[in-house]
Amino acid sequence: MLDTVLFYSFAVLVLGGGIFTITRRSAVHSAISLIVSLLGVAGLYLLQAAEFLFAVQIVLYVGGIMVLFLFVIMLVNLDDAAYMREFNRQWLVALAAVTVVGAELGYFFHRGAASFHIAGVASATPAGVGNTEALADSLFSEYLLPFEIASLVLLVAVVGSVIMAKKRI
Amino acid sequence: MHPVTTVHYLALSAGLLLIGTIGVLTRRNIVVILMSIELILNAVNINLIAFSHAWHNVSGQVFAIFVITDAVAEAAVGLGILIALFRNKETVQADEIDLLKW
Repeated sequence: MLDTVLFYSFAVLVLGGGIFTITRRSAVHSAISLIVSLLGVAGLYLLQAAEFLFAVQIVLYVGGIMVLFLFVIMLVNLDDAAYMREFNRQWLVALAAVTVVGAELGYFFHRGAASFHIAGVASATPAGVGNTEALADSLFSEYLLPFEIASLVLLVAVVGSVIMAKKRI
Repeated sequence: MHPVTTVHYLALSAGLLLIGTIGVLTRRNIVVILMSIELILNAVNINLIAFSHAWHNVSGQVFAIFVITDAVAEAAVGLGILIALFRNKETVQADEIDLLKW
C-alpha cells in the first residue's frame, strides 16, 4: 500500500518535472524542473532497493551534472534566447512520430504485461550482504574490464571538453 | 489499489523516454536539448533497475552505473562543444547553426 502511494507520487514528480523541463521558456526553469525529475528517479531507485544508485543519482546528477548545466547557462548569455521562438518548425511532425512510438510501446506493454511477472527467481545476494557490497563485488570481479574502459571514457571526455572550451589550443 | 509491478515501471520509463524525445526533436535551445538527453538516459536507467529488482540480479545496477558514466561524459563534452559554438556563432539555437547547409 505504502509502496503504491510512494510509486505514484514519485511518478508524478518524474513525469511532471520532465514535462516542465521541455516546455519552460527559460533554461534556468528547465534546469530546476530537471532537478525535480531526477530526484523523483532517485526515489524510484530507493523504492526498488538500489540504495547505492540512489546515492549516486543524487550526488552525481543533482550535485554534479546540474551544477555543470547551471554554470554553462550562466556562461552563455541566454537572455535574448528566452524571447525567441521556443519550438522549431518540425514540431508537428515530431509529435506525430513520438505518438506512433508511444502507441507502439503502449500496445506492447498491454499485450505482454503477463510475461513480465517473473516468479520464483532465487535471490542472487545471500542474506546479510548489502546492496553496495553486492554491487561492488559484481563491479570489481565480473565487470572489471568494462569498469576500466569506463574510466578511460571519462578521461577522454575530460580532456575533450577542456580542449573544446579552450579559447586557443 | 493494484500493487506496483515491473510493468508500471516500464510504462513510467516509456513515458519519460517519450517526453525526452519530444524535447530533443522540438526544442531550439541546445541546453534544453542536452537536458532532454539526460531525461532519456534516466528512462533507460529506470528500466535497468526495474529488471534488476525483478530478477534479483545486480547486473542491471552495474549497467546503470555505466549509463550514468556515459551521461556524465556526454554532458561534459556536449557543454564544451556548446561553449565553443557560442564563442564562434553567438547563438544557442539549434536551427541557426547551419554551416553544413547550402
